[in-house]
Amino acid sequence: MPVNREIVKHIAKLSKLSLTDFEEEKFTLELNKILEYMEKLNSIKTDNIETMSYPVDGFNVFREDEIVNSIDREAALKNAPQRTDEFFKVPKIL
Amino acid sequence: MNKYEPVIGLEVHAQLLTETKAFCGCSNKFGDQPNTNVCPICLGHPGSLPKINKKMVEFAVMMGLATNCKINFKSSFARKNYFYPDLPKGWQTSQFDEPICSNGFLEITADNNLRTIRINRIHMEEDAGKLIHDETGFSLVDLNRCGTPLIEIVSEPDLQSPHEAFQYLSKLKQILLYLNISDCNMEEGSLRCDANVSVRLTGDKSLGVKTELKNMNSFKNVEKAIQKEIERQIDIIEEGGKIIQQTLLWDADKEEIKIMRTKEEAHDYRYFPEPDLLPVIIDDVWKNELMSKMPELPDVRRKKFSNLYKLPEYDCEILTSTKELADYFESAAKHSDDFKSISNWVMVEVLKFINENNLSVNQFRLSPINLGKLINLINDKTISNKIAKDIFAELIERNIDPLIIIKEKGLTQINDSKFIEEIIDRVIKSNQEQVKQYLAGKDKVLGFFVGQIMKESKGKANPQSVNELLINKLSLMKN
Repeated sequence: MPVNREIVKHIAKLSKLSLTDFEEEKFTLELNKILEYMEKLNSIKTDNIETMSYPVDGFNVFREDEIVNSIDREAALKNAPQRTDEFFKVPKIL
Repeated sequence: MNKYEPVIGLEVHAQLLTETKAFCGCSNKFGDQPNTNVCPICLGHPGSLPKINKKMVEFAVMMGLATNCKINFKSSFARKNYFYPDLPKGWQTSQFDEPICSNGFLEITADNNLRTIRINRIHMEEDAGKLIHDETGFSLVDLNRCGTPLIEIVSEPDLQSPHEAFQYLSKLKQILLYLNISDCNMEEGSLRCDANVSVRLTGDKSLGVKTELKNMNSFKNVEKAIQKEIERQIDIIEEGGKIIQQTLLWDADKEEIKIMRTKEEAHDYRYFPEPDLLPVIIDDVWKNELMSKMPELPDVRRKKFSNLYKLPEYDCEILTSTKELADYFESAAKHSDDFKSISNWVMVEVLKFINENNLSVNQFRLSPINLGKLINLINDKTISNKIAKDIFAELIERNIDPLIIIKEKGLTQINDSKFIEEIIDRVIKSNQEQVKQYLAGKDKVLGFFVGQIMKESKGKANPQSVNELLINKLSLMKN
């Protein structure tokens, strides 16, 4: 089993998720199943094949350094759970 | 020799002077109203797609060329994942295993030693937003800065003292300013520096455990903080303790180091290739085109000032400290070939005026042509150096041919020896007491006579002629 409970806890912490004991156990099993399935891919020989990081071919897709109008502040703040007139508001961060 | 030696590496972030952000067309201007330079891309809205600002790439390549880096043919972006409200996407778009530049170096001078500081890499990334902590128990987020293009310049741990770190930073800043790709304003955060510091027994080959110092908002603070950290580490080792790998914050007000986090809490960034941005390919054609756009860099220019204008090392250093000052000198040097005098005037009078009035060289009104003319007027004895200094403020104010001011005020220097001799005779006649003193061997009185004569001539007599003629006359009286 490549994924143990400690790893699940660590991933949950990085994802800011709080899991119950039951969920930790459940996700450990499920993640292992997924990884075991993916393991099948390793049986394919890929020695002479370049790593593919992108779904499409190509390079150097640029924009010129020209200003495009931003959206207005009201639109930017509209979907925020908490806000002031000018800012997004979040729990105190140190 | 010291028992311990420090090993220091710096990571420097420079905000780039582009019009727009790294991956969207929002304005990159500092100081605008909060959350007005934002769009779905820099706000991290689902489904939005970034697009690379070409200028950011070009600026990064220029910095690489200026620091002797290899410009990598292919580079790519990666996601650096972390969760913090100043970064709404949940990752910083950065570069990881394929940075745009690598393996460069910079030469610095510290304590009269020429030192080569290797640069590990330069990569492109985006800045995060700004958090404002208010009294209400909340934090406020301004995302104007989120997505601002940065380059991160990572040195090898080649710096051996806080002073070398200071010199290295100064050199980086000088180059960034010469290239005009960052305004390097540390107070506004457009240049930021983190330091990796460790100590080891002098001569040891292996590296000690390092700590990372953050939050140093001026070059002086970088120097001070590193010094404090070195002392802290040596104290711990001397008392038999062990250094632990941790991130430390510099408190500039208290001049203290605080612990931010230890290694166990260190971030796990889970880098992976950014699938939304295709790789960047820099071929020789593009690289050469950028190289041809680059200005002469400080080191080259300093050597040129020494070889072409035959100026002392000190002058070359000062005059090439900024591109603007070097340009000013060179323009003036087209109008007068007394390069040393131009250098003196620029280093003393021009810089004094600029500093006293808190100006930049570009805001200085006196054109280099008129400065050159002023120097020529001194050299051809139309005016004395003293008169030139007297009219300098007015000359700056009006920025006209200095000859106009001299004529208006009737300040042309008197070189006519007959006229000067007449004044000398008058002064000698009415100061017999001082003559006696001089003849009795009190040479200092000479200064008094010169002063009186210059006063009589309203400062217009050629001081050199006055000196010569006066000494002649007085020595005749000796016999």
